[in-house]
Amino acid sequence: MNVRSAVVDEFMKVAREHVKELPSLTDSTPLLETGLDSLCFAVIVTRLEDSLGIDPFQAEDSLFPITFGEFVRLYETSQK
Amino acid sequence: MKTPYQTVTNLSTGICAFGAWPDRFVEDADHRIACADFFAGSSLYGRGDELEGRSVLLATKDQLTTASALIELDGVARRIILWPPELSLEYLPFVVDAAEVDCIVSDRAIAPFHSQHPVYYCGCSSNLIPVAPKERPNHETEWILLTSGTTGRPKLVVHSYSSLTAAIQPRTDSNLSIVWSTFYDIRRYGGLQILLRAVRTSASLVLSSAGESVADFLARAARAGVTHMSGTPSHWRRALMSPSAQLLKPKYVRLSGEAVDQAILNNLRAAYPGARIVHAFASTEAGVAFEVTDGAAGFPASALNENRQVEMKVEEGTLHIRSAGNARCYLGDRAPALKDQSGFVDTGDTVELRDGRYFFAGRRDGVINVGGLKVHPEEVESVITRHPEVQMCLVRGKRSPITGALVIADVVLKGASISSDQDTGALERDILRLCREALPAHKVPAAIKLVSELPIAESGKVMRQYA
Repeated sequence: MNVRSAVVDEFMKVAREHVKELPSLTDSTPLLETGLDSLCFAVIVTRLEDSLGIDPFQAEDSLFPITFGEFVRLYETSQK
Repeated sequence: MKTPYQTVTNLSTGICAFGAWPDRFVEDADHRIACADFFAGSSLYGRGDELEGRSVLLATKDQLTTASALIELDGVARRIILWPPELSLEYLPFVVDAAEVDCIVSDRAIAPFHSQHPVYYCGCSSNLIPVAPKERPNHETEWILLTSGTTGRPKLVVHSYSSLTAAIQPRTDSNLSIVWSTFYDIRRYGGLQILLRAVRTSASLVLSSAGESVADFLARAARAGVTHMSGTPSHWRRALMSPSAQLLKPKYVRLSGEAVDQAILNNLRAAYPGARIVHAFASTEAGVAFEVTDGAAGFPASALNENRQVEMKVEEGTLHIRSAGNARCYLGDRAPALKDQSGFVDTGDTVELRDGRYFFAGRRDGVINVGGLKVHPEEVESVITRHPEVQMCLVRGKRSPITGALVIADVVLKGASISSDQDTGALERDILRLCREALPAHKVPAAIKLVSELPIAESGKVMRQYA
């Protein structure tokens, strides 16, 4: 599974578990307009760490992503 | 001669003593109240006098109503108990008995319940009704803050106006107009500190509203000219994920309530290059102990001896604090001691010394700090073990770069009841559903891990790997 589909998959799963309606995810979707809260993002990040083996948020120099596209890119660049 | 700082013993005299400037205000998303109006109006339908000397439980829908009622009741009531948002009303009879509550001030309908004493009800609203100004009593009101206990039942922590304001320094730059805001709720210690800071530094205050999005709150804070802003590292991480964070131009950024990592400090420095960025250590029981201003995570070992007003020591790996900011005691029958015999509060926060700097390394009692909210593993375990397929479980924290920590549950099933991946997935979802029904969101495990066994100590108990 590539990084993007793993991320989309996890967003959808966590939204379903938290009974949140997820808008369609495009690169320009602001993360805070996905309807997910901090706790949801924390769950997504910890599960992606389990499935992809990376947690780009651990790095002291990484800036927090604002859009969904930036979130995906953060994972894509960390994997290389 | 006494300075105003020595004579002020309650909120309303505090607002007067430190300048009720005409342009000072407190606002949420729906209302803005000028500070002067707090003295010309009543949030208690003019019935504040009837509450003199009573033990008053304050349970409101929003923060602004709490702030209005607090200003009216501090110095009047014998005791004020602040009901935090999201605390289940199932604990109401317990708190009413433990704090000898004889009056409930609320804007909600509260179902009748059995109590050992007669309880009087008084409505409240953030729409102040005009009342004639008059001389008010000036009792030293006890302030009771509720924090989470091991079983989910809250602990009642006794403070006073003087203990709550002990760490607040007078301002030196009186020309600067300060507008405070906070991601915290003022019905908990971290938020209450900001309300009191605003009062004692002649500042205005911007409060968040229930249901208001982070983006809307940040945009409103920016419009209101917020200069000082506080929250947990988790609050700030979330704020920085919003484009609206760029609208804010803070001069002062404060973090507390969780261990701070270098990443959030660096991110805040990048977002707000002109701001003073300060992280503070405080707890409901120990009060505010120290502030770190050097932009680095952890705190210098020298901080232990820097402030003569706040004595600190590290004993058996945890931080102990003795100061005027300590809470007095816990309230209620069989309440545990809050301080040791020499008057120190054991914070239960373990610290590690590396290169002359202390770093927080989790809780000795295994309490998990999820975005500044405490989770006792035992409470979550008691919910999971209600599931008919569960033999035993162990709830632990896992580090999270978003909320500081997350709850993870290792679960052992009865017999060999898993036969396929499909069954496993269904069972995990079922356990999570049970947790969601019984627990607030931050206590629900982020992951259920099915394991074949859990390590058992010689005592026969599941072995916990604390801190």
